[in-house]
Amino acid sequence: MNPALNSGLNSAVNAGMAPVATPWFFYVLAGLAVASGLLVITRRNAVHSALALIVTLLAVTGLYLMLYAPFVAAVQIFVYAGGIMLLFLFVIMLVNIERSSKDRQFNRMWPVGLAAACALLALFVTAFVKGKALFPDRMISLPESSNTQQIAGMLYGEAGRMGEYTFAFEIASLLLLVAILGAVIMTKKKKI
Amino acid sequence: MPNFIMSYLNSKDAITPGAAGSQFWALVYVFIIFTGVSVAVMAMNWLERKALAHFQIRLGPMRVGPHGLLQPIADAIKLMLKEDIIPAEADQFVFWVAPLIGLLAAFTVYTVIPFGPSQAVSDMNIGILFMLGVSSLGVLGIVVAGWASNSHYPLIGALRSSAQMVSYEVAMGLAVVSAILMTSLNATGTGTLSMIGIVQAQQQQGVWFIFKFFPLGLIAFGIFAIAMIAETNRAPFDMAEAESELTAGYHTEYSGLRWSLFMLAEYAAMIAVSSIAVALWLGGWMRPFPNLLNAPAWDFIFSLFPALTFFGLAAIATVGVVRMPAHSFFKIQRIGLAAFAALLGFIALVLLVIAIAGRSADASVAARFREGIDYVYWFVFKVAIFMYLFIWYRATWPRYRFDQLMKIGWKVMLPISLVVLIMTAIVGVLVS
Repeated sequence: MNPALNSGLNSAVNAGMAPVATPWFFYVLAGLAVASGLLVITRRNAVHSALALIVTLLAVTGLYLMLYAPFVAAVQIFVYAGGIMLLFLFVIMLVNIERSSKDRQFNRMWPVGLAAACALLALFVTAFVKGKALFPDRMISLPESSNTQQIAGMLYGEAGRMGEYTFAFEIASLLLLVAILGAVIMTKKKKI
Repeated sequence: MPNFIMSYLNSKDAITPGAAGSQFWALVYVFIIFTGVSVAVMAMNWLERKALAHFQIRLGPMRVGPHGLLQPIADAIKLMLKEDIIPAEADQFVFWVAPLIGLLAAFTVYTVIPFGPSQAVSDMNIGILFMLGVSSLGVLGIVVAGWASNSHYPLIGALRSSAQMVSYEVAMGLAVVSAILMTSLNATGTGTLSMIGIVQAQQQQGVWFIFKFFPLGLIAFGIFAIAMIAETNRAPFDMAEAESELTAGYHTEYSGLRWSLFMLAEYAAMIAVSSIAVALWLGGWMRPFPNLLNAPAWDFIFSLFPALTFFGLAAIATVGVVRMPAHSFFKIQRIGLAAFAALLGFIALVLLVIAIAGRSADASVAARFREGIDYVYWFVFKVAIFMYLFIWYRATWPRYRFDQLMKIGWKVMLPISLVVLIMTAIVGVLVS
């Protein structure tokens, strides 16, 4: 066997070899994401929708892994599939399913929806046809093994200098902190 | 031998089959781990019933096999043959799929558990995040099971369990982060999230993280050890299945095989979280004092431990044979236990032969095999201690009240883990 394979996928990618069965994994994951995404909006039962949404999120996680972004994939599982969907289910479970399943499911706004869908389709087609000219050519070939470290470098800075996105990151974290505090204060019964 | 089998065995550097791109060996490891965990769950089931019984001055299972050794197998057969009842008003599909969610989450985690530097299915760059994330998906199975049962007690149990798991995940995550911070105290200043990398960092720094920055590592470990009991819904935090209040909590309506899948998932998750604790704080696969007592003689002495353990178990079984009442009723049991003792002794003998044959530190097959057995032995040994602790806690402590549980989680554990995290960061900066 080629010795390059022994030292892992990274070197295999660097050596210009395609990872194993990539297109098939992509088709399966993308198909799963689309199919379960359709289930999310067509199911009448809200809990079924939530479960389908979890499948969608996990399929997208697989796509992240294929793009050599393991950190984003892990955060996707952790935050969305694990945390947020749990809270969704938590709330939905307490809703009266019997009544909500009799409600009308879709808004009668299909002209607007059609326009939006067409615009999105046009965008996708443009990106597909002229993709090479639209996007910068320097595709960062992040080796999978240092993806997390590179993200950390961009956010917190490395080797004594500030990271590219440190300021934006701090602002965002401040915003989140304020939101958390707001949630805590709003749920308090007594006025402070 | 085909090339896809041999190329991984012949590679000189010790890497996991996942990292080496060897699908065949990754599959073999998956099968070994799946079988091992299933057997461990059965053994744990027997040990728990036996140990709990002895804590309460009872005998525990005694009828099926000598000292009830075959009880888990009998239980498994019984559960498989039982009727699988789905309540008429239940949500059929969700009811059917809920145990599988928990089981999948519990077993997927095992892909990154480092039984040794190359004894894992794969080494992920995001190992610990992957473990925490996927094991947190297990709660979805519980919540959905409680809802799909369409019954009061399961729903309350599911709500309790999800609230509890979400609350304790926070303290757990912060404790884990403080351990990960410690991995960055090396020359490059870059830490790692890889499970294997975390254990190797402990080896490089020459200290288990539980003893690092004493008492900071110890406190973080303590928080994790408490949170992991709450995460796996075990006593004294088993509010989700408090039988005096909720019958059986979220799995009240389940029966037969589907119920046993919940049990399997629960025990598999217990082993998984214990493995995280072992890898992060207790040096993973490392034997005691790998840097201090690093002479080849010490290596040899410590490599005798697996054989000695099995000899000890065989000795205990032999004592059982000798002490068996001399009545003709016990004849078959006596023969069975003697055969079990002989089997344990045989395993011990094989391990002893391997330890002696592979005592040289070269790269021969025997030496590598011996090394691998040592790694797996020490890892499993440390996890087994945690498994026993789970039983011990259950026998010792009364169940908490739900509001007490929440109070401890949010008002005690969370602030302490935050302080430990900040202190670890400060001390780490001061030291480096």
